[in-house]
Amino acid sequence: MSMGPTSNLTPELAVMQVEIEAHALRYGLDFYPTIFELIDADELNAIAARGGFPTRYPHWRFGMEYEQLAKGYHYGLQKIYEMVINNNPCYAYLMRSNAAIDQKLVMAHVYGHCDFFKNNDWFAQTNRKMMDDMANHGNRVRRYMDQVGVEEVEDFIDACLSVEDLIDIYSPFIQRREKRADDRFGSEEPKEAERNRPPRYQSKGYMDSFVNPREVMLAKQLEGADKNAARRIPDRPERDVLLFVLEHAPLAPWQADVLSIVRDESYYFAPQAQTKIMNEGWASFWHSTIMINDAVTAVDIINYADHHSGTMASSPTQLNPYKVGIELFRDIEDRWNRGAFGREYDECDDVQVRRRWNTNAGLGRKKIFEVRRIHNDLTFIDEFLTLDFVRDHKLFRFGYNAGSEAYEIESREFPKVKQQLLQSLTNRGRPIISVVDGNYRNRGELYLRHDFSGVELQTDFAVDTLRNLQRLWSRPVHIETVLENARAVLAFDGKNHDIEKGDPIEIPDLESIT
Amino acid sequence: MDIERDQRRFKQIVRGRIRDNLRKYITHGEMIGRKGRDLVSIPVPQLDVPRFKFGKNGSGGVGQGDGEVGDSLGKPGQGPDGAGGAGSDPGGGHYLEVEVSLDELAEMLGNELELPRIKPKGAASIEAEKTKYNSIRQTGPESLRHLRRTYLRALKRQISTGSYEPADPRVVPVRADKQYRSWNEVPQPQVNAAVIYIMDVSGSMTDEQKEIVRTEAFWIDAWLGKQYKGVEKRYIIHDAVAKEVDEHTFYHTRESGGTRISSAYKTAADIIEASFPVADWNIYCFQFSDGDNWGDDNRKAFELLGEKLIPASNLFCYGQVESPYGSGDFIDALEKQFGSHEKLVFSEIADKDAIYESIRKFLGKGK
Repeated sequence: MSMGPTSNLTPELAVMQVEIEAHALRYGLDFYPTIFELIDADELNAIAARGGFPTRYPHWRFGMEYEQLAKGYHYGLQKIYEMVINNNPCYAYLMRSNAAIDQKLVMAHVYGHCDFFKNNDWFAQTNRKMMDDMANHGNRVRRYMDQVGVEEVEDFIDACLSVEDLIDIYSPFIQRREKRADDRFGSEEPKEAERNRPPRYQSKGYMDSFVNPREVMLAKQLEGADKNAARRIPDRPERDVLLFVLEHAPLAPWQADVLSIVRDESYYFAPQAQTKIMNEGWASFWHSTIMINDAVTAVDIINYADHHSGTMASSPTQLNPYKVGIELFRDIEDRWNRGAFGREYDECDDVQVRRRWNTNAGLGRKKIFEVRRIHNDLTFIDEFLTLDFVRDHKLFRFGYNAGSEAYEIESREFPKVKQQLLQSLTNRGRPIISVVDGNYRNRGELYLRHDFSGVELQTDFAVDTLRNLQRLWSRPVHIETVLENARAVLAFDGKNHDIEKGDPIEIPDLESIT
Repeated sequence: MDIERDQRRFKQIVRGRIRDNLRKYITHGEMIGRKGRDLVSIPVPQLDVPRFKFGKNGSGGVGQGDGEVGDSLGKPGQGPDGAGGAGSDPGGGHYLEVEVSLDELAEMLGNELELPRIKPKGAASIEAEKTKYNSIRQTGPESLRHLRRTYLRALKRQISTGSYEPADPRVVPVRADKQYRSWNEVPQPQVNAAVIYIMDVSGSMTDEQKEIVRTEAFWIDAWLGKQYKGVEKRYIIHDAVAKEVDEHTFYHTRESGGTRISSAYKTAADIIEASFPVADWNIYCFQFSDGDNWGDDNRKAFELLGEKLIPASNLFCYGQVESPYGSGDFIDALEKQFGSHEKLVFSEIADKDAIYESIRKFLGKGK
């Protein structure tokens, strides 16, 4: 499918786009050019199955996704309203069969997302030409399929996908390692001797022998050399397992390329998982603002309200990111408009006074724009989820009760609810795993460690994942984790699985921390 | 958009899974309940890519709504999911419902059991042609003129040439507009198959044994159904007396009493005589029993079998299901009487797992 730069909107929808875009701009939203594509439900399902990219590489799981979406749609169980792609220009899809009022709502919502993509700092490092790059990825994978066979490539992709979560989501923002000289021809590699030289304090030439005495330097150098000899790989635990495998595993060139494709896409999608609540909340905040203040007509108000509330519906067991997001943004705007923040407010413990607090600060709008720039879900909840909010919105914490084999409401206490929410947002709700040794037992085996935080890994999945990881690494792989309150190491050596149970460990009681 | 390609790949993989687990599916009768008209819906474990993820122990999340502390929110699988997270999706229990056509399933069965294709006897190569009025032509006799299509065409022509006036909606067909009904010749293969299932429902047959019979019959049905279009099925149950019943009754009755196998043979022979001329029909008989026949009945039964049923059938299969009251000796007597007759197949089915081998034995002859 070709993606022309021009959209295929009907004249009515084109007019609508101009109108909504003008409203969005007036409110101060700032976005890349946005292109709407009008497509059929079936196409929409097909594109959604591929994560929004029609030209993505071929893989069976997209087919599975599609089949489920298509079935759900045909049976009338589900329907995708909108889809936006973080790209410059932004692409958004509208479903042809939607009524005009829905299209309007979707457009307003989409401009919220586009603004978020462009301005939220967590998206700053994402590839804004992903639409093109995905197509390139697709071509490369297809070429490898032609060369080595569809099944071989697809199997390898399966193995890569098994560990695609194991990336370092903060690495785009931090320089974890020293930069390697990019042009290996131009810049001189530091000489061996120089590299081993210990750091010197700055000094003028004639003072040098006093500031950096010779014997001290020598001692340090020996110490340094010693360290170098027993250098571990990696130096410090490496969260980017994919990168580590990419750099150290014996992969064929096409395999390395496929792995790097999977890794690129994983980094591209990571911020969306990190900002689900904020992103949807922000977009909903703006569709609601634009529709209510400007775009909705008397004829459509009921339909609008119906569909808006449909998106906001929350169930007891499912926290709706749209709902929590929009309410938090509204809460922040309200508090900053009233001046209900800062030390004085925080220290006031009279509920009535707090409720009526109003200094006419009028900083609400400014504040929410600032929030959308600097926060991700984790910091957003940490900073702005208040006791009042949890109470007003009836949030609770639930847990699994092994006795009744069911989920139960555990608590409505604010610290517990908040802690649970933060915990489930940490690292996108996935276990934190890093490479601690790439040469375990000095036999080139890979040793990973799961930083245990109270929830155990699902063993059968972990075992299958190890199997796939072993295919990438070629040598035995291990993961250290906690099972049944004891340290355990799962291993797979290419033929056999092994679980080595260690000593029971003292698990710090999470309740006592809060 | 080549999503179809991905979909095809996915289906291929699913088929692969089914094939790998076919043995399990064969021996577990659950699938029969899922049979639609042509499709069988099979639960296949979700084909998730395995990842390191949180398990159930210690997992939980945040929800919204009313309720007291301690209230239940449902079981995992149907339960919490979403922004809730740490282990919010506690895996397991996820099944994909995959629809497979019965033909395809039979094909898999055939490949798995290495069943030979059946060589039909009789008028195999003769195909009768039947005419069906199911197409349209530009020419034909006026008596076959298709009025609605003719006028529709005329209307289209008039609109496109601009001679149609909504105020004066007259449609006049010209010669080129005329459409006629026409026929095609549909070949109808004249190969027929009839399957007669005979089950012993005497007091010694338990529900579990009937379940075995049911499962085996399902698979035999699937295979023969693929080999012949429109298989005729007849069901006979018997204790001391036999009667012909419908499919539902066959699988669900529980009678009790003694066993007189000859009564069933008599009924079967009567059915064949009345409905299935041997020359035109491929006849299969499958008999399931626990082998406990009344002693004096064997002689009469063998007589009927040897004179009527075996000569008439392509194949006569006898499956002896092991009963908790001990196995009968009919199978031994049968073997002694007929030895290794080429149309006669015996099989002892000890339990569900033996169904697999039994099917192979029955259908492995390719008759």
